[in-house]
Amino acid sequence: MYLYDQYDQAMVDARVEEFRDQTRRRLEGKLSEDQFKPLRLMNGLYLQLHAYMLRVAIPYGTLNSRQMHMLADIGNKYDRGYGHFTTRQNIQYNWIKLEEAPDLLADLASVEMHAIQTSGNCIRNISSDHFAGAAADELVDPRPYAELLRQWSSFHPEFSFLPRKFKIAVIASDTDRAAMKLHDIGIQIVERDGALGAAFYVGGGMGRTPMVAPCIREFVPLDQLVPYAEACLRVYNRYGRRDNKYKARIKILVHELGKEEYARQVEEEFAHLLSQGIEPPLAELERIKPFFADPEFEFGLPTGIDRSDPDFALWVDRNAVPHKAPGYVSAVISLKPVGGIPGDASAAQMHEMAELTKQYSFDECRVTHTQNIVLPHVKIADLHALWTRLDAAGLANPNIDTIEDIIACPGLDYCSLANARSIPVAQKISQRFSANGRTAELGELKLKISGCINACGHHHAGHIGILGVDKKGVENYQLLLGGSEAQDTSLARITGPGFDEPGIVDAVETVTDVYLRERDAGERFLDTYRRIGMEPFKEALYG
Amino acid sequence: MKILTGNDLKSGAVVWWDGTGWSIYVNEAVDVGERAGEILAREQSARRVNAAYAIEASRDANGVRPAHIKDRVRALGPTVRPDLTLKPADPEVGNWVI
Ligand code: HEM
Ligand code: SF4
Repeated sequence: MYLYDQYDQAMVDARVEEFRDQTRRRLEGKLSEDQFKPLRLMNGLYLQLHAYMLRVAIPYGTLNSRQMHMLADIGNKYDRGYGHFTTRQNIQYNWIKLEEAPDLLADLASVEMHAIQTSGNCIRNISSDHFAGAAADELVDPRPYAELLRQWSSFHPEFSFLPRKFKIAVIASDTDRAAMKLHDIGIQIVERDGALGAAFYVGGGMGRTPMVAPCIREFVPLDQLVPYAEACLRVYNRYGRRDNKYKARIKILVHELGKEEYARQVEEEFAHLLSQGIEPPLAELERIKPFFADPEFEFGLPTGIDRSDPDFALWVDRNAVPHKAPGYVSAVISLKPVGGIPGDASAAQMHEMAELTKQYSFDECRVTHTQNIVLPHVKIADLHALWTRLDAAGLANPNIDTIEDIIACPGLDYCSLANARSIPVAQKISQRFSANGRTAELGELKLKISGCINACGHHHAGHIGILGVDKKGVENYQLLLGGSEAQDTSLARITGPGFDEPGIVDAVETVTDVYLRERDAGERFLDTYRRIGMEPFKEALYG
Repeated sequence: MKILTGNDLKSGAVVWWDGTGWSIYVNEAVDVGERAGEILAREQSARRVNAAYAIEASRDANGVRPAHIKDRVRALGPTVRPDLTLKPADPEVGNWVI
């Protein structure tokens, strides 16, 4: 995993002291809230419904045990004993005191972490495949490229005041586990004639105008990765709609110009940048790469699993994922207990996950965009011991990629932009399907809930999506079907009029009934929907 | 009635204008009538409160009830964590929000 060099550490430490001074001046009245707000937001500190909220960046979702222990300690020391893992592979704390925020950031910096660029119209934390470095199907580990882009985008002065926020994801396999095409820039590392390069997908996003990013260039040589990204950003920075917040994302620019014209302008800018000789030397990429070298996998490990305990066998079937090294798997820790809050983990659970990270996964874990945690490199022979520990900590929910593995944004329980609560809907749906026993039968079914049109809960990309709206001051929920954020990315469509809270839970059951009735052998919910279309679902919902 | 709410500058805690200062209990909120703008300006510049605003509310036998669900969630705490709300022992609190 990447370790800070002296520059990284010095920058982060200096930023903490700068923010300490800014906070002091705010508390002494030398800065007004209007002056202070942009400063605190640059350090990830929002004001939300109940208190200040801090969003901490977890680059490409990778953490070591020391960092995970620190996230737990912060939960105990500065918050109320828990944290919320988000769909951008970050963590949020909901009960932060302004007067304590500088100390918190200093604690974070002591484990090479920060909250810089987790808010504002800048390049946000770069996300990636949560099985990077472990997946059997990847070309290379995508994280060195994500790290290079992290270094390039951190404090990049030209891109600190973009028209709007900017999110980048990097993957390196044909299977997309990072919603790559729903980012402002999605990058896939690909191979051509034996050389590695990057395919650029630009202008995707969710929010009020969801768009799937078109590919604007199929192959950018690796030594030109940064200048090409720079060219994409420059064209956006120049022509993005600063006049209208709702049209300011790059997706609108790419859509309005058309992908060909946008790509043409990027090429022009790219040619200019190449003539300047400012691309970072490949030596920097080569310096970064060894940080992501494979851990020392053992050879000749046993691959058999004793399935005599049915609970354990079920967990293995649902939560263990094939690994590139024989004798290993990646184990997914579900943060989705039945009736629980998706993505929340108590400080005690974080401490335990940190211990397990150290003991069973070469001191490395990952946060997934589905709000779970991955131990990427676990020996098959250790699985039972791991599962036993997880079970004792309430972390052995065997439900990955099922209807109980719900993505939900904080919604009106925490978020000041929300129209409706998301979490209670998630809780009721997981309880309903756990009780009616259909979870297994339904197979892979991705259900995603957002509390407003901003789509932090990825509702457009759910096989089933739910969007909270405000209907004359009362919470109401729209149902969407047919979205995907995998390699077959598609945007979900609204079924029709919305439902109240009990109604939306029933509606989800209704559409799953249609699926069970109509499906062909081997079809997932999404496949059946794509084959039979919206009508049979509408008919069942609205008669 | 019209009441004032905001967040405590230092702690971020949700607070309500009680006529002389800021209380964490919505039931202590007072009707400010026409004086909202004047009180908000004074209190924010005195740095006793942050991001404060005026809202509609009503008073009944159970106390003060903000008109909008968002402010009822603020008054109580997250409905999904009854252990963290202001009235943790009361099983009915969640219903009050809706
Ligand atoms: C509670 C504080 C939060 C606030 C104020 C907030 C605000 C927003 C806003 C305004 C947007 C729309 C931006 C746009 O379309 O221009 C957005 C998008 C998004 N947020 Fe959040 N959000 C919050 C929490 C979260 C959480 C907890 C997650 C993860 C669970 C998250 C993940 C995302 C994602 C994935 C998007 C979609 C990005 C896109 O449109 O491409 N946010 N957020
Ligand atoms: S989708 Fe809306 S309600 Fe949910 S976290 Fe984002 S801004 Fe808040």
